Amino acid sequence: MEEERVGAPEGRDRVLADLRALGLGERLLTAPAELAVFSSDALTAFRQRPLAVVLADTAEEVVATVRACHRHGVPFVARGSGTSLSGGSLPLEGGVLIALNRLNRILRIDPRARLAVVQPGVVNLEVSRAAARYGLQYAPDPSSESVCTIGGNVAFNSGGAHCLRHGMTANHVLGMRVVLPDGEVVDLGGESLEPVGPDWTGLFCGSEGLFGIALEVTVRLVPVPEAVHTALAVYDSLEAAGDAVSRIVASGLLPVALEIMDALAIEAAEASVKPGYPPGAAALLIVELEGGRETVAADAARLAALLRDSGAAHVRTTEDPGERALIWKGRKAAFSAVGWLAPDYLVQDGVVPRTRLGEALAEIERLAGAAGLRVANVFHAGDGNLHPLILFDGREPGALERAEALAGDILRLCIRLGGSITGEHGVGVEKRAHLPEMFGPDDMELMGRLRDAVDPARLANRGKMLPVGDGWS
Amino acid sequence: MTLAAGHVDEIRELVRSSTGLLPRGGGSKPALSAPPHDGVVTVDVSGLRGIVAYDPAELTLTARAGTPVAELDAALAEHGQHLPFDPPLARAGATLGGVVAAATSGPGALRSGGVRDFVIGVRIVDGTGRLVSGGGRVVKNAAGFDLPKLMVGSRGRLGVIVEVSLKVFPRPRAAATLEIAAGGLDAAVAAATELSAGPWELDALELHPDGRLLARLAGDPEPMEARLARLVPALPAGATARRLAAGEADARWREAADLAWRPGGTRLVRAACTPAAIAPLWAAVAAAGGDARFGRGGAVAWIAWPDDAPLDPLDAALREHGLAACALTGAPAPDLLGAVRGGAFAQRVRAALDPDRRFLD
Repeated sequence: MEEERVGAPEGRDRVLADLRALGLGERLLTAPAELAVFSSDALTAFRQRPLAVVLADTAEEVVATVRACHRHGVPFVARGSGTSLSGGSLPLEGGVLIALNRLNRILRIDPRARLAVVQPGVVNLEVSRAAARYGLQYAPDPSSESVCTIGGNVAFNSGGAHCLRHGMTANHVLGMRVVLPDGEVVDLGGESLEPVGPDWTGLFCGSEGLFGIALEVTVRLVPVPEAVHTALAVYDSLEAAGDAVSRIVASGLLPVALEIMDALAIEAAEASVKPGYPPGAAALLIVELEGGRETVAADAARLAALLRDSGAAHVRTTEDPGERALIWKGRKAAFSAVGWLAPDYLVQDGVVPRTRLGEALAEIERLAGAAGLRVANVFHAGDGNLHPLILFDGREPGALERAEALAGDILRLCIRLGGSITGEHGVGVEKRAHLPEMFGPDDMELMGRLRDAVDPARLANRGKMLPVGDGWS
Repeated sequence: MTLAAGHVDEIRELVRSSTGLLPRGGGSKPALSAPPHDGVVTVDVSGLRGIVAYDPAELTLTARAGTPVAELDAALAEHGQHLPFDPPLARAGATLGGVVAAATSGPGALRSGGVRDFVIGVRIVDGTGRLVSGGGRVVKNAAGFDLPKLMVGSRGRLGVIVEVSLKVFPRPRAAATLEIAAGGLDAAVAAATELSAGPWELDALELHPDGRLLARLAGDPEPMEARLARLVPALPAGATARRLAAGEADARWREAADLAWRPGGTRLVRAACTPAAIAPLWAAVAAAGGDARFGRGGAVAWIAWPDDAPLDPLDAALREHGLAACALTGAPAPDLLGAVRGGAFAQRVRAALDPDRRFLD
């Protein structure tokens, strides 16, 4: 029935005819070899070849493509750089993939109002680069910031290492122009930091493409901090590093980042990008302070005392941008670096209340032992956001299934401890079966009603976030 | 008719059996909570009161919607924490649910963000009478649609908020306040822009239409004098600054958060604002004989509009600058003013939350 409703062969032919009539030329891809390139995102365990790819140059082309899909009941998926770790931009077999990378213009920077208006295909870091001449920056910094796009950040409410202080993408989006799944174009929010009326912008952020596609995004910019102080502390156990985080939070200090890496993650980072972390560490804690120079100097003195008392074996601090970049290089490359330790890995993104981090880590270690798998841990300790990296060898029969089972156990652990199944990667394809474990039937029912009200034909990024089966997708 | 709800189940029952529903908390923003016409059923949630969960080490708090903000503030203060966005009208009885529903943030939102940045979870009774949850109790969470943000500014039109989870922050151990005379409103706006872009990390910055600014630094006591010593000489040419003694400073910030400067015979309107819109908005307010303050460095306009003046000129000025506003006191004013956004998206979301039109339009 589903097949009949949205993916009927004649619908596919008709949508292709309509897309050809748009005059896209070589920007309409239909040849199998061209489509193969777009068949997965950063969650490479899932692959599906779309019916066609539209490399849109203008917002008008995005709207026309959405309208054509709606007219013929063909589902569509928007894609930026394809860095989603939850399969958020996985195409649909028989659906249209709308690639937004060419919509990469920064339309306006208003230094006085401290905002930028950008197209969805603009790369995250490009916003900060363009704003730098005014002493401003765009704060959200996912580890993939040098490639990921603002449109994808909005769709998945991306986070980053510095959201402890700065918040997530939704905290930095003031307004947007969006195309709804039936092709209607709507403006949400505006240029003010203060919303009046229901926060439609906030609801659209993180809706994982189910409410449509952002065509233009207005983001806030913040001053580049005058001073930044980064401390790298070495511990002989993960627990000791975790305790140090609790001490820092309890002291009333509010760092912009509090990150922990365990021995396996450190080993992986050293094997790949060679950040020069002190050898032999069981755990590393990265703490970053930023602000005016007087405040940072005073906070750094308090932090030094806290780290000394926390039993750190070694502390290195820096205010030098080059040294800081090297420290972060190891941290931000940690996901891909574990590729040096095992042929395959799964990244998880669970959240636990920060006081239960120690308990969560001990339980993850126990679960991994029982599953016979190695897990590297890299996490945003300040906000309880875990990133267990489950290592496995996909050539070994049953290994992927065991890794997925362990990932599921870890997510259930996060829910049991009062947390969330995702802090910043989104639910996507990967965790859609777990959403009803975190939310009750009535909560899920409302989410389904919201999606069906906005997109009755269920065309926009179908198969993401909401579970499949039982009439969901 | 008013129903004083002591329990969520009573609200669920009422929603299933009635129409024309309008929630009410502490009544500090009567334009949003008083019945605009006959036949309205007021759902009084002020009885749904109390802190449900507060672990200072987590920097999170969950409380029932009818809990007065003042009660939250007292509980947080015991542990050296606070809601940094200084929820307005706390001393007039504002409740947590009302602050979320009206999207009201006070002076401290400049540095730390407003109510939309601190709400991490909600429980609401939707238009079908179901009790539904969104978000959670952890500070970082990207699972499911962001119902908590949707409730910010929802004015009781999308559901009855019954419980809210918030992030909280450590309370700064010291503060210093400067009153800066910039010499006219245009100069004050320029000064505010300059100060906001600099390295000063102002905690709060409010503009008076006569060209004065009230600026607060907050943080640890140790670096405070050094911060001030660098800030004062860096003020724009022609501006003069006076440091306020602690007592006077407290009184001035209290006046700002309580909106106590508002003259009698006026209604309070909260408008979204931008630096560029300050002068034209003020021109419209002054022409009508009203008064205003521009908060959060100019991101919000608090407007005292004469009761006997029509709102049309304000509505027109707001539309011209793409801004929206909402009356908080005075005669019931269910409609938003100015450039209202959301269009078809808003209509569809509303239809999903309230399919049988139980809540007021």
